[in-house]
Amino acid sequence: MLAYIVRRVLYAIPLLIAVNLITFLLFFSVNSPDDMARAQLGNKNVKPEMIERWKREKGYDKPKWFNAKAYGIEKLTDTLFFQKSVKLFLFDFGNADNGRNIGYDIRVRMWPSLAIALPVLLVGLLVYITFAMTMAFFRATYVDFWGVIFCVVIMSISSMFYIIGGQYLIGKLLHLTPISGFNPDNMFKFLVLPVIIGIFSGLGATSRWYRTIFLEDINKDYVRTARAKGLSEGVVLFKHVLGNAMIPILTGIVATLPLLFMGSLVTESFFGIPGLGSYVIDGIRAQDFGIVRSMVFLGSVLYILGLLLTDISYTLVDPRIRFS
Amino acid sequence: MSDYRKPVAGTIGRTWCWLCLAGLGLLLPGCDRSGGVWNNPYPQSHQGKKILYSLFSGRPKHLDPARSYSSNEYTYIGNIYEPPLQYHYLKRPYQLIPLTAEKMPLVEHFDHKGNRLPKQAPASRIASTVYTITIKPGIKYQPHPAFARDQQGRYKYHHLTPRQIAQVDKLSDFSFGVNDTRELSADDYVYQIKRLAHPRLHSPILSTMVKYIDGLKEYAASLRKYNTELKTKIRVVQRLVSELDRFSMRGKVFSQVKKDYLEAMAPEEAKLLLAELERIPQQTGSVKTVLPSLRKALDKLRAEYRFLDLNRFPLPGVRVVNRYTYQIILKKRYPQLKYWLAMPFFSPMPYEVEKFYAQAGMKQKNISMDWYPVGTGAYMLTKNDPNSQMVLQRNPNFRGIPYPASGEKGDREKGLLDDAGKLMPFVDKVIFTLEKESIPIWNKFLQGYYDTAAIPSDSFDQAVKINVEGDARLTETMRSKDIQLATSVRMSISYLGFNMLDPVVGGNSERARKLRQAISIAIDYEEYISIFLNGRGEVAQGPLPPGMFGYLPGKEGINRYVYDWVNGKPRRKPIAYAKKLLAEAGYPGGRDPKTGEQLILYFDLTGGGAQDKAERDWFRKQLRKIDIQLEIRETDYNRFQEKMRDGKAQLFRWGWNADYPDPENFLFLLYGPNGKVKYRGENAANYDSKEFNRYFKQMETMPNSPQRLAIIRKMLHTVQRDAPWIWGFHPKSYALFHAWYKNAKPNDMSHNTLMYKRVLPALRDQRRRQWNKPVLWPVYVLFVLLVVTLVPAFKVYRDKLNRAKKAVKGQGR
Repeated sequence: MLAYIVRRVLYAIPLLIAVNLITFLLFFSVNSPDDMARAQLGNKNVKPEMIERWKREKGYDKPKWFNAKAYGIEKLTDTLFFQKSVKLFLFDFGNADNGRNIGYDIRVRMWPSLAIALPVLLVGLLVYITFAMTMAFFRATYVDFWGVIFCVVIMSISSMFYIIGGQYLIGKLLHLTPISGFNPDNMFKFLVLPVIIGIFSGLGATSRWYRTIFLEDINKDYVRTARAKGLSEGVVLFKHVLGNAMIPILTGIVATLPLLFMGSLVTESFFGIPGLGSYVIDGIRAQDFGIVRSMVFLGSVLYILGLLLTDISYTLVDPRIRFS
Repeated sequence: MSDYRKPVAGTIGRTWCWLCLAGLGLLLPGCDRSGGVWNNPYPQSHQGKKILYSLFSGRPKHLDPARSYSSNEYTYIGNIYEPPLQYHYLKRPYQLIPLTAEKMPLVEHFDHKGNRLPKQAPASRIASTVYTITIKPGIKYQPHPAFARDQQGRYKYHHLTPRQIAQVDKLSDFSFGVNDTRELSADDYVYQIKRLAHPRLHSPILSTMVKYIDGLKEYAASLRKYNTELKTKIRVVQRLVSELDRFSMRGKVFSQVKKDYLEAMAPEEAKLLLAELERIPQQTGSVKTVLPSLRKALDKLRAEYRFLDLNRFPLPGVRVVNRYTYQIILKKRYPQLKYWLAMPFFSPMPYEVEKFYAQAGMKQKNISMDWYPVGTGAYMLTKNDPNSQMVLQRNPNFRGIPYPASGEKGDREKGLLDDAGKLMPFVDKVIFTLEKESIPIWNKFLQGYYDTAAIPSDSFDQAVKINVEGDARLTETMRSKDIQLATSVRMSISYLGFNMLDPVVGGNSERARKLRQAISIAIDYEEYISIFLNGRGEVAQGPLPPGMFGYLPGKEGINRYVYDWVNGKPRRKPIAYAKKLLAEAGYPGGRDPKTGEQLILYFDLTGGGAQDKAERDWFRKQLRKIDIQLEIRETDYNRFQEKMRDGKAQLFRWGWNADYPDPENFLFLLYGPNGKVKYRGENAANYDSKEFNRYFKQMETMPNSPQRLAIIRKMLHTVQRDAPWIWGFHPKSYALFHAWYKNAKPNDMSHNTLMYKRVLPALRDQRRRQWNKPVLWPVYVLFVLLVVTLVPAFKVYRDKLNRAKKAVKGQGR
């Protein structure tokens, strides 16, 4: 297994270089260093010499790919791409263009993101499984029929609607929770509404998927055997089917675990939660390459980590699967 | 078999029970019953406190007074830093008064021989102007660790070790008290003026100030050179240290390695390195013995770079006369300097604070001047978390300033003089919460959780009704909550510009002028304001906003090329007249007679979301009225700026917010040598009229007088005739505030307005309780509905079981 993990980590390196390269290309095809300087220096009284000085100070005056004026290896290393990329691989994110330390900001902002994402994941899992299992249990009855319709309706509506509607209904009309805000000392109060909305907006798609998994398993041989043994439908479903159906469910969740840190842009924006989701957008708006490259790199690393964990979890839950 | 069924039914029941409990568990503890209110976003401990609740939508970029130049940053630093002057809070037109200054600056003019000249002396005779500013004694800075001293009187935190810095994450981690302060002195003001030239601060006003402050240009150049030299020295010494650090070098003789190294370097770098090496005492022996001295030299260089010594070079334009008096020496007359003296750029900066922040490792902890400002103002920033909250707290060392005893007409009736003579600030704490979306802001304001709010466009009709006379009135819903409205025309302009370098719409020819005038008539800004701004704007007749010296209200001030004065009101000229002008411009029926083609104009705009479509269509419709086809060129912000710099736009939209209430600050936007394309200035239209330029040079440095007014009128007439802009509108601000929020008066110029505000916490708490009683019945209804929905399902399940039971029994028989 160790050899497999090492191999996967080594595979990840060219992948991360490619991601970094594409981020660099895309960013600088939209923003030039001059635009970045103007975004930082403001709109009023920005003179060309100020822009030049800013670029020099931040290292954006270097050639992008190849420095013909440098000597030896520095022709490649004394370039914008190399200087801005190499430290990422040591997880040294450096400073944002506004002078703030990016690593520090990421460490601070990942906790509010996690504070929403984790309860949405755990409570959501419980709710989705219960709902899907109920539909499967009462399959071919009105509960199943209307349950599926309910799911389709829920998944057809934009998550933005649930946010605005939830804030309006629960926060404004019923006065049950604050409409928005965040306070680390009393965060529970502020998380109730986004967590409920987060769970509800995912209810349709996820419960339908889980229901399909349960129904697929219901027709398998081991279920027939269990019924033949005389077990009741409830025991068959909740003991045998649920146990086996949890394999795809849990492995699917493992893939998303690392990405929980990255936060949700829309939710954080509407609820004023200072997480990493809004950090990316702040960086893009401010044309801050430091923030953008760091967040894209971090997202890629976490995604690769998620895939690796998924593979490992397959072998743990299903003994038939082996690393090759 | 029945043995299995019971637990299963139990499992389902338990699942639902847990689900309901989890739901309730999520809901109920979340709602702390602070005063019977569940949705209060603030802690219960805030009740009864003099706290003002406000919001912000974007993080401030800079809080350093030498760099900061935007209104969202001035919200904070305007209340922290104190320049020598301020604007009167109530009087209009805006009036400058002393803040930390004893009295208004003494302004003296001198000729080339140093003889004092009279105030009204012509600009040509003035060789220098001296501003003498005396500050009040006894003003103290907010408590700050940079001022903290130990028992021996040495600074406590100016020589922190890396280990000590590692233990600190924010400023409050340092131990310091109210007495860790010092008195404000004239040196601090002079130091800040020097900071404007700091090569790494990129002060946006440096390019303006070098034109006026004596020697500032040369001083800035010297600092830049010094900064570059230091940077190069660090690089070459660093490279040498890395080279010597290699194991293979350790045993070699330093002098030989140095010689080889210097020979391989560029001559200029070698010269710098040699100069630096000469400062190192011990250079004999092996590399290993010299390395520690080299490392020490490198550390010293880095420290010098972090804290650039601004006193290293002379700046003749500033002078400390005594502890409380300083002078600013200008190369010529510049009456607008007094307005700059009311802006944070000219605030005091204590030398020791900058030294404190310059220590190694502070920047990595984000502890910097840009993050933790230090001033003498009424408030100090105690929490700087732009991801969620910014908190300003009363500065315990603030001296207290009496609330003004006079204002403009009508202020007394509005209760704006009720606090006359009382010492400010009235509010102990101001909490700014991050809110990015307008819907939550509006709803929280209506719930009483924000004391004041702007009206979002979507909710405008819910808050305000405009009557036939065009007056804004609050709706019944707002009045029932005792919400009040304050409106004012802002000191800014939003206009539509013509690129004067464009061959079709630009130039000073009669043809182009008539074309621009025709378009100016066709674009009906009254309609625009009504449709797209809910009436929140006043049509502009020229570049100057109402309230500005030189602005002419009524018949005298209208733009006679676009309006007629009819029945005591300006009326836009008819479209037929615009068509006639268009024909005279060589486009009868909107067509070019030479080609027969319809005239097509291009309008460059940024944005371009679905919500902007109606506006785009409206602009097209306006030009269609005179048979001109308008093509909208959507472009992203960066490319738009590029087009403007290259002069490739034809029509464009632009705006300007006043820096200070002087007509020069608007008219310079049309001054030829400020052209964007040629001179990279703020004249976006690239308008260049000899007549206007001549008037501008005359008017620029004149004090307000009838002579100045006469020149401004001529200038306004010139630009109204030439029509380089379609004058657009001056935006109106509509602010709503609750009954408990006192002394609210819109003020576009003042930056230290928070200390004037007063709140009535008891009334606020009572209203919040009244407006936010939790409504629980829908939750109960939902629960009952859930149960009712599931009962038949359980019945179905039971029937299934019974059928199975019967089947089993039947098999048994």
